[in-house]
Amino acid sequence: MSAIYQEGKEPHPKERRIVFKNVDREGWDTSLAMYETEGGYDQLKKAVGMEPGAITDEVKKAGLRGRGGAGFPAGVKWGFLPPNNDKPVYLICNADESEPGTFKDRYIIHQDPHQLIEGMAIACFAVGANLAYIYIREEFPEGAQTLEKAIEEAHEKGYLGKNVLGSGFDLEIYVHRGAGAYICGEETGLIESLEGKRPYPRIKPPYFPAAMGLYLCPTIVNNVETLCHVKHILEVGGEEWSRIGTPNNTGTRILCVSGDVKKPGYYEVEVGSVTMGELINDLCGGLKEGRSLKAVIPGGSSAKVLRADEVFTVGRGDDTRELTIWDIPMDFDTLAACGSMAGSGGVIVIDDSRSISWVLNNINNFYAHESCGQCTPCREGSLWMKKITDRVVAGNASPSDIDTLDNVARNIDGSTICAFGVACSWPTESFIDKFRDELVSDTNLELEGELLNAEAVTAAANLR
Amino acid sequence: MSLEIPTELEKEVDERITHYPVSKRSAVLPVLHTLQHHFGFIDEEAIEWTASKLELEPIKVLEVVTFYPGFRQSAPGKYHVRVCRTLSCAMAGSYELMESICEKTGIDRSGVTHHDPIAVSPDGKFSIEFAECLASCGTGPVCLVNDDFHEAVSDVDGLLKQYK
Ligand SMILES: Cc1cc2nc3c(=O)[nH]c(=O)nc-3n(C[C@H](O)[C@H](O)[C@H](O)COP(=O)(O)O)c2cc1C
Ligand code: SF4
Ligand code: FES
Repeated sequence: MSAIYQEGKEPHPKERRIVFKNVDREGWDTSLAMYETEGGYDQLKKAVGMEPGAITDEVKKAGLRGRGGAGFPAGVKWGFLPPNNDKPVYLICNADESEPGTFKDRYIIHQDPHQLIEGMAIACFAVGANLAYIYIREEFPEGAQTLEKAIEEAHEKGYLGKNVLGSGFDLEIYVHRGAGAYICGEETGLIESLEGKRPYPRIKPPYFPAAMGLYLCPTIVNNVETLCHVKHILEVGGEEWSRIGTPNNTGTRILCVSGDVKKPGYYEVEVGSVTMGELINDLCGGLKEGRSLKAVIPGGSSAKVLRADEVFTVGRGDDTRELTIWDIPMDFDTLAACGSMAGSGGVIVIDDSRSISWVLNNINNFYAHESCGQCTPCREGSLWMKKITDRVVAGNASPSDIDTLDNVARNIDGSTICAFGVACSWPTESFIDKFRDELVSDTNLELEGELLNAEAVTAAANLR
Repeated sequence: MSLEIPTELEKEVDERITHYPVSKRSAVLPVLHTLQHHFGFIDEEAIEWTASKLELEPIKVLEVVTFYPGFRQSAPGKYHVRVCRTLSCAMAGSYELMESICEKTGIDRSGVTHHDPIAVSPDGKFSIEFAECLASCGTGPVCLVNDDFHEAVSDVDGLLKQYK
């Protein structure tokens, strides 16, 4: 069953297409009939004949880590559901795909909706959820229709609805459209939104969704790509699946590359099988003509930036290694060891034609716009970070503004309800750590006295 | 507008509400989407209608409308354009795209603010706003025109010509 792909959209030889097998495939469509020609819903048939706990065990053995951002092991999360629970359990598929730089769930939703629905149905059976929602961002209107059509077809064939495949298990899946707010990607904000409210994230503890989620009932929230993998884990078994990728960084994952490369796009690779250098130079065809690398944001805009000439020390004891940016294997653990994160898989490449102040200011604009406003440090801080970098870009900032910027960022990190707080401060913190000179060079020393008198500068410095 | 809900539309709303057997309130977003799709924006009457349909205080609906960028409280143009503003698209020229669309449609964005982000062309045919990352960063600059998605937009005349 080797797939043929549309001309110009063939996968790179270093790719391994599992979840994206049907994306850009010649002759493929979103119908159930098409999906069934290649074993569609066979894994659901297998699942309903299994003990639900045995499915969770397979997912645990596989070591599947969440593909939405945090990389948390899915099987472990499912295992957090309270035992002897008498409340309903819900499952939510996070299809909000809103982390800047990330564009993978889009293609699954638009081109292979049944894969997602089968993965969800298996997951629902495993965790005992009879009601599930796909929370999809509003800006995918066609995607929402494609999913609803697929759900309807699956219903008619008995893959969903009452008594799924004669197993006695009932399952309804509904599509719920968001309304343009990034914070709805954060799982507790998402839940509030699904309850019909403003998406104000809830504080954890106690509101871990697995314990107190939708309607304060145990709820599993997983990303689209994560849920698709569940189907493939069941197909080959957790043990076998865990041999794909590298230890503790198992499976394939889709890397989305954008910015200054010749061939931006999505590449499904075994986790850790390609380095940043191979990703940029081989899969993406290299940097643009005559350009050199300046920086990479490796896991969505919230991930800390990596500078092109840094040397990263990773590993422990005898196993300590020094890596350049080109050597970094694109896996969860190494990117974390390099001080950043694999995050959502969105890799943004920045070459030497870009102004760092401009890049940071664009990112700060995003966070200032998207803060939900519940926590003072995040609401005010994200706006101040934007205002200060607005000034830098306009040439109206003084050098000490960079210290103020740093101070603002470091006072958000760690003092907020949800992880948006750190997500919005990390870009600023890391850009200042790594590109302070360039940021300062965009400021104007002559403005120092006008904006702050010398005493205030000292006072601000002492506050840090 | 004086709010007249066609029977078909109300049927669609009623069907959507059945998707939330635990809490009718969960249907706020889908009901508002259905109304906005039909009327173009959400006005006070639409808020009150939604509230009474879902047995909520109108403020519970209003606070949702004012929070989410996806809901509009004033009329957009016949074709509403959303240009992605975020980093990868900006690197690919989305600010230039925004400027070019505005120039060709006569839209003046000088008055837009965080709370009133939409600008409309003098003939009412087009309206425009920036949106944040539309999850297609590899094919920037991207935009949505009503529900149509456009990638790697370089030919602005060609784009606008599709909308009569
Ligand atoms: C500010 C913020 C935005 C997020 N946006 C998304 C998103 O768009 N899609 C997503 O799947 N997860 C997003 N997440 C992560 C979710 O909170 C959650 O961890 C994830 O959906 C869990 O699924 P996974 O374990 O399968 O990755 C976001 C988190 C934060 C803090
Ligand atoms: S950290 Fe920011 S986004 Fe998260 S709850 Fe607080 S104000 Fe809202
Ligand atoms: S930055 Fe424009 S789609 Fe992501």
